[in-house]
Amino acid sequence: MSESFEPKLTAFVCNWCTYAGADLTGTSRIKYQSNVRVLRVPCTGRIDFMLLLKAFQRGSDGIIVSGCHPNDCHYTSGNYHARRRWMVFQDLMSFMGIDTRRVTFSWVSAAEGAKWAALVNEVTDRVRELGPYGEYHDMTRKGVA
Amino acid sequence: MAGTYVLALDALETLFAALQRDGRRIVAPVAVGDRVDLRDVQRVADVSSGHVQSVMSAKDAVFPKVERLLSYTMTPGAVDLKDEPVRAVPTVVFGIRPCEAAAFAALDAVFNWDTRDKFFNERANQLAVIGVACTRADEACFCTSIGGGPDDTRGSDILLTPAGDGYVVHVLTEKGEAIRALAPAVFAVPAGAPPATGRLADVPQVFDHAALTAKLPGMFDHDEWVAQSLRCVGCGACAFVCPTCVCFDIQEEADPKQGQRLRCWDSCGSRMFTLHASGHNPRSKQSQRWRQRVYHKFSYYPDRYNMLGCVGCGKCTRACPVDMNLREHLVHATEVVL
Amino acid sequence: MNPIQQKARELMEAGTARVVIGHAAGTFGRRRPLVARSVRDLDAMVWDAACVTNLAGLLTKQEVRAAGPVAIVGGTAMLRSLLQLVAERQIRDGDVVALVSADGTPKVLDSVAAVEEHLALEPHGMPQADRDGIARLQAMSLQERWAWWQAELGRCMKCYACRQTCPMCYCPTCTMDVNRPQWVPVASHDLGNLEYHVVRAMHLAGRCVQCGECGTACPVGIPVHLLTMFAEESAARQFGQRAGHSAKLDYALSTFRPDDKETFIR
Repeated sequence: MSESFEPKLTAFVCNWCTYAGADLTGTSRIKYQSNVRVLRVPCTGRIDFMLLLKAFQRGSDGIIVSGCHPNDCHYTSGNYHARRRWMVFQDLMSFMGIDTRRVTFSWVSAAEGAKWAALVNEVTDRVRELGPYGEYHDMTRKGVA
Repeated sequence: MAGTYVLALDALETLFAALQRDGRRIVAPVAVGDRVDLRDVQRVADVSSGHVQSVMSAKDAVFPKVERLLSYTMTPGAVDLKDEPVRAVPTVVFGIRPCEAAAFAALDAVFNWDTRDKFFNERANQLAVIGVACTRADEACFCTSIGGGPDDTRGSDILLTPAGDGYVVHVLTEKGEAIRALAPAVFAVPAGAPPATGRLADVPQVFDHAALTAKLPGMFDHDEWVAQSLRCVGCGACAFVCPTCVCFDIQEEADPKQGQRLRCWDSCGSRMFTLHASGHNPRSKQSQRWRQRVYHKFSYYPDRYNMLGCVGCGKCTRACPVDMNLREHLVHATEVVL
Repeated sequence: MNPIQQKARELMEAGTARVVIGHAAGTFGRRRPLVARSVRDLDAMVWDAACVTNLAGLLTKQEVRAAGPVAIVGGTAMLRSLLQLVAERQIRDGDVVALVSADGTPKVLDSVAAVEEHLALEPHGMPQADRDGIARLQAMSLQERWAWWQAELGRCMKCYACRQTCPMCYCPTCTMDVNRPQWVPVASHDLGNLEYHVVRAMHLAGRCVQCGECGTACPVGIPVHLLTMFAEESAARQFGQRAGHSAKLDYALSTFRPDDKETFIR
């Protein structure tokens, strides 16, 4: 390629912890790579597993899903339900050959501004290494006569 | 134009090569495990020959399971609408049965009824059918009950009938003649009478379709349709494998920036098929939907198009997860005492 | 008349069952579901080694629900579906009577307690052939699995035979049918096929009794049952909860433990 590839990342984050944490990253003036588009939801419990596949369908090369640490959910148990869902979905994605190296789940609290930056940098570097998720993107155009 | 020839089995490869040189895609039945699927083939050796029928019909060649009709992109204040060109490729369907070949007429009846469907017609223009007569049938077949037969020529451009080490060949249409002209050497003119064909499949006639068509209007409310459909689960397997089923759904897939309009196969067996925007559903029960399936093929098609909407291929029966045997159901319907 | 057929007749004559769901002889030597509404309908009932289909999917059929008390013939897969349907409040304990064969002798299980007791005695679990099928896939690389499933799912035409035969797919309006918004594409292109099967597998995780009817039903031979069975195994392995063992709901994805263990969340 003549231009070097810059991955597109989508992040689904909960309002009360990770979004606030990412805010703190900013107010702390910590720099991190800007490939990520952050989508704020009230709670990770709201995140339907299909949202991840929709992100890939729309052109994402990598996904971050992040929320409150277990026991700290603003709605008490949303992240526990999310965790169970992710444990099964991670397995299923891998079983169907969907590239789970491109999906990162994490707990980032409102106080963990540095962790957010480190996480995004690490994921961005990893997905840049993996390259565009062409397999999935190509598939979305196939099968129409 | 029509003519009878003899084709040796080992000459088929030459015919295939000629078709490919002419830029034609060849689709034929291929054995895959214990199934037979219609697939693109390159060589004669890939083509299955010992089977009765493939699972899917060849209708996909003229009526694909998903087809783009138009697409568009949007910017603020402007829509750029693109009519889709029909991506039809010259195609030869080789090795389908006479029943399947006859089915194209039933699709044509709908797609050229009032509006001339440009997608269907372009694909149909690019399609040629080389049918192969049947030497075997199974319990699901009933072509002879609907006016067909194991060597019926309707719908084929060329019909091959197994005979000795090859086939007796009937070239039936201009398209068939154009194919013959691509490889004239392999179409031998028989010296004298053509060789005797092998034994054709024995498909006993089990019902009188004209009698059934005449009877149906008088049994619309009969419990027979409830009885027959008690085990039907309302999937679309029968409609989708069927070579004559033509119902479709239009799906719009769009986001704020762009979209496409798709035509997709649909099935009258599904609960929402006749769900109105008001919420009313005239066919809310499976028995009503099953009845519709039978009536569409054996009553409304004859009324509207002067032909049956069924070719007796039996694919529905073979595909059905609960073994709805259409031949059996039709025989029962003719036996119901009104 | 075979003993199961005789017992079914007795249940119908006694009024215990207005409808009996069993098996009848079908095309090509197959067995087909029989939904008997009368003693005369029962004449067609058979019971033999070929009667392996899990018929519980018919229990939630509109016409069957409306008919009154039901008796259903079957084996352990059917019984597990029955328990799961009671747990999910689709059937009331007592509305359905199970008729099983204990080595040829008909046994009537007229309560969920009786069903649970009977199941405890019978071996049941994912068929070895399907364990092997899953293991073969897990031995492949991620790329190989993607290519394999893409090739298989390419044949899918969204006929929904899998969904319609599944006892646990009873939603009157399936998520696939919802079009405001259209969450999963209806069309049977590659994306639409993948998303449908992912959704179905996830919706069955923790609910699938691993009967395999979905895979048997598929007219184009896609082993879709491997997806739902896999999802069930994943939930069972990670959370210790399995579908179809109790009439009391124990659904892995609507419950949790604060100390659920995983290794991939950072």
